[in-house]
Amino acid sequence: MTALAIRQVTKSFGPVSALTGVDLDVPAQSFTAVLGPSGCGKTTLLRLIAGFAAPDGGTIAFGDQQVAGPGVFVPPQRRQVGYVPQEGALFPHLDVAANITFGLPRAARRSGERLAELLDLVELGRDVATRYPHELSGGQQQRVALARALAPKPSIVLLDEPFSSLDAALRLGTARAVAQALRAANATAVLVTHDQDEALSLADQVAVMRSGRLVQAAAPDVVYASPADPAVAAFVGAAVLLPGTVRGGTADCALGAVAVAPGAVEGAAHLLIRPEQIRILAGSDAVPAAEGVLARVGEVAYFGHDATVRLQLEPSGPEVVARVMGTRTPAAGERVRLAVDGVAAAFPANGH
Amino acid sequence: MGRRVAAYPPLLLAACVLVALVAAIPLAFVVGYTVSTGWDEAWRLLVRPRIGELLVNTARLTLGCMVLTAVLGTGAAWLVERTTLPGRRIWNALLAAPLAVPAFVTSFGWVSLTPAVEGYWGALLIVTVSYYPLVFLPAAAALRGLDPALEETARALGHGPWRTFLRVVLPQLRPAVLGGSLLVGLHLLAEFGALQMLRYPTFTTAIFDQYESAFNAPAANMLATVLVLCCALLLTAELRLRGRRRYARVGRGAARSLEPVRLRGWTAPALVALFAVVALALGVPMGSLVHWLVVGASTAFPVASLVTTAATSIGLGLLAALLTTALALPVAWLSVRYRGSVSTLLERSTYVANALPGIVVALALITVSIRFVPSAYQTTGVLLVGYAILFLPRAMVSARAAIAQAPPVLEDVAHSLGTRGATTLRRVILPLIAPGVGAGAALVFLAVVTELTATLLLAPIGTRTLATEFWSHSSDIAYGAAAPYAALMVAISAPATYLLTRRTRNTS
Repeated sequence: MTALAIRQVTKSFGPVSALTGVDLDVPAQSFTAVLGPSGCGKTTLLRLIAGFAAPDGGTIAFGDQQVAGPGVFVPPQRRQVGYVPQEGALFPHLDVAANITFGLPRAARRSGERLAELLDLVELGRDVATRYPHELSGGQQQRVALARALAPKPSIVLLDEPFSSLDAALRLGTARAVAQALRAANATAVLVTHDQDEALSLADQVAVMRSGRLVQAAAPDVVYASPADPAVAAFVGAAVLLPGTVRGGTADCALGAVAVAPGAVEGAAHLLIRPEQIRILAGSDAVPAAEGVLARVGEVAYFGHDATVRLQLEPSGPEVVARVMGTRTPAAGERVRLAVDGVAAAFPANGH
Repeated sequence: MGRRVAAYPPLLLAACVLVALVAAIPLAFVVGYTVSTGWDEAWRLLVRPRIGELLVNTARLTLGCMVLTAVLGTGAAWLVERTTLPGRRIWNALLAAPLAVPAFVTSFGWVSLTPAVEGYWGALLIVTVSYYPLVFLPAAAALRGLDPALEETARALGHGPWRTFLRVVLPQLRPAVLGGSLLVGLHLLAEFGALQMLRYPTFTTAIFDQYESAFNAPAANMLATVLVLCCALLLTAELRLRGRRRYARVGRGAARSLEPVRLRGWTAPALVALFAVVALALGVPMGSLVHWLVVGASTAFPVASLVTTAATSIGLGLLAALLTTALALPVAWLSVRYRGSVSTLLERSTYVANALPGIVVALALITVSIRFVPSAYQTTGVLLVGYAILFLPRAMVSARAAIAQAPPVLEDVAHSLGTRGATTLRRVILPLIAPGVGAGAALVFLAVVTELTATLLLAPIGTRTLATEFWSHSSDIAYGAAAPYAALMVAISAPATYLLTRRTRNTS
């Protein structure tokens, strides 16, 4: 069942168009990440869903109830959305308990039952309940903000870049705990983020936005492996783009013959190959010209668990980047042979 | 991405325009009067030896006091905040304490002991010890807020402690010290009671004399114009000096505190110096006040009069605090929530009173009320409007800071949790802004209780406040009779001043 349906939503601020004809379906109890660079309109979309602003055109429906559209506007306090803003925005004059139970009716605020449930849900100790927001770490603040949003059992939870202000070390743990709490609460969630790793690792569905448009909405692996266009490809991860010619499921390019996804374009094309698909065979002196494409190793960036290697295709081909295991890092200047694993995505050469 | 500026709500805008118009009355009066007087008449009134004398008097006292308070305030702040001086907490409280004593009470304390303080040097001493906390407090706050990493970096780059202080610390203190001594200058231009008591004539005392004794309104008004020009000069100078520099801490993370400077052999001289400051600023005037209280009590202790005047002062203070806060809130809300050129202009217009001495505001209200609403002349209403204009800046600063503490995102969250507008106001916005707005109202209350100049001119006949009663007794050299009123004023303002200085210490 679809919990949230957005149809042809547009919004502009004066002469600036923030959203143009956005369509998005969010299945019930799923986690959708809206991914895009800053200024792409993703926060505006979230504010429209929450009801903090009204769209200029198009409709928004929660289940079968329309909340925004021609002649319809349900104010935020009657939409039953949970909202987790950037940096948490906890009420500074209230302690954690009062923050979490803010949206509950008076009787439930007193009982404390729901409070205990929610603290457990977001993995916070009971002792935190009497503390004030300024006494919490950034990660704890975000968990309290989530508990506060979940308390009235909202139909949809909206998260506006909730992890961007956290340190890298805190971010992973907090994001995981938040995703788990959302699943445990059977909530439908929409997360807005500019962080590809966050979107790909947390969400069931990734919706990529660019300059006010929704470019692609699909499962994370689909967005990564079969992006809608080269720009999406480059935005969701490192990409090697090579010109080539596709004939019957195989493309011919500077890296040799590469398999492409079935049903792709025919003829002149741009091929998308992810760095981790490029395999370094071995020293070229050891394996004489049997297979693969000859390349010279350039700059090597070593990360421990893996490394990225810049490779100059020989004799005068383009430069490509490969991601290799940290244990098999070649030395700069070495000559190697390359092969391509898996399937490449192909885009028509003229379209962009 | 970010939130867009919404259009100004018309009702709010109308309220703010009204407040700005009220705040603009004194300035409009000064400009209007000058224009209608005409060049020849103005020339006749202004170019007189007496005016030159007043100008020199005012200028050398103001400049001398600004320099002295800057040195004294900065030095004391550095000793208290950055060195191994013993008893730093106590010194902190003692050095800020003169703020609770109105300058005319300090002046009374001195002059009732010895007439030797009359004249320039006595006046300079008394205004300096009365007003140096206005530099000390911001300088100390700035010293606490400095990032020690900057000083450590300077040391690592080969600077000794003294050069580090000159090249790194002092430039960062500049906004605080400059701002503080500008405030001192403005206070001095407006000071009436303290200087009148010391028989040191300045523009402000001359205006009062012209108006009250000589009943020469044109001369008084013309002098007021010159006084306002002096204030404007100070404000422009400060804006120029401050420049466009910004001193912000770059980067995040909590700042550590720096290792304090060891005073070693300098401890004793430093202690003696601070002791001398506190003795001159507090010891002598308070000792003298106690002396006269004892003397006065032996002759007569007017309990009934004390109670009624205190009640009048407190009542006026409360009403003025309420009115001023009510005027400040809409403008503060507009300027924080709806940023734009119009809201900035409206906000700035309420600060004009910062540069207007009480005597100018009083003269303006007298003239305007006689001319346009004669029925309002000599009523409590006009007095309250005068207080509101004078102290609007204090209420504005607090209200703005308080409203900024309640960002719109909190309202969004509250709405998303199902609360409606009125409930959000009650459960989120009011609790958040109440402490700050309340502190602003308290500041206004304090200022009104110890206000002398405007009260003398504007209070309806028969309205006796602590300040005016004190003034009439001390003018008659009935020091014993004046002392209880001064003591009550200090007693009312001291605890609140202490709390407020502690608050600025914690927040800045």
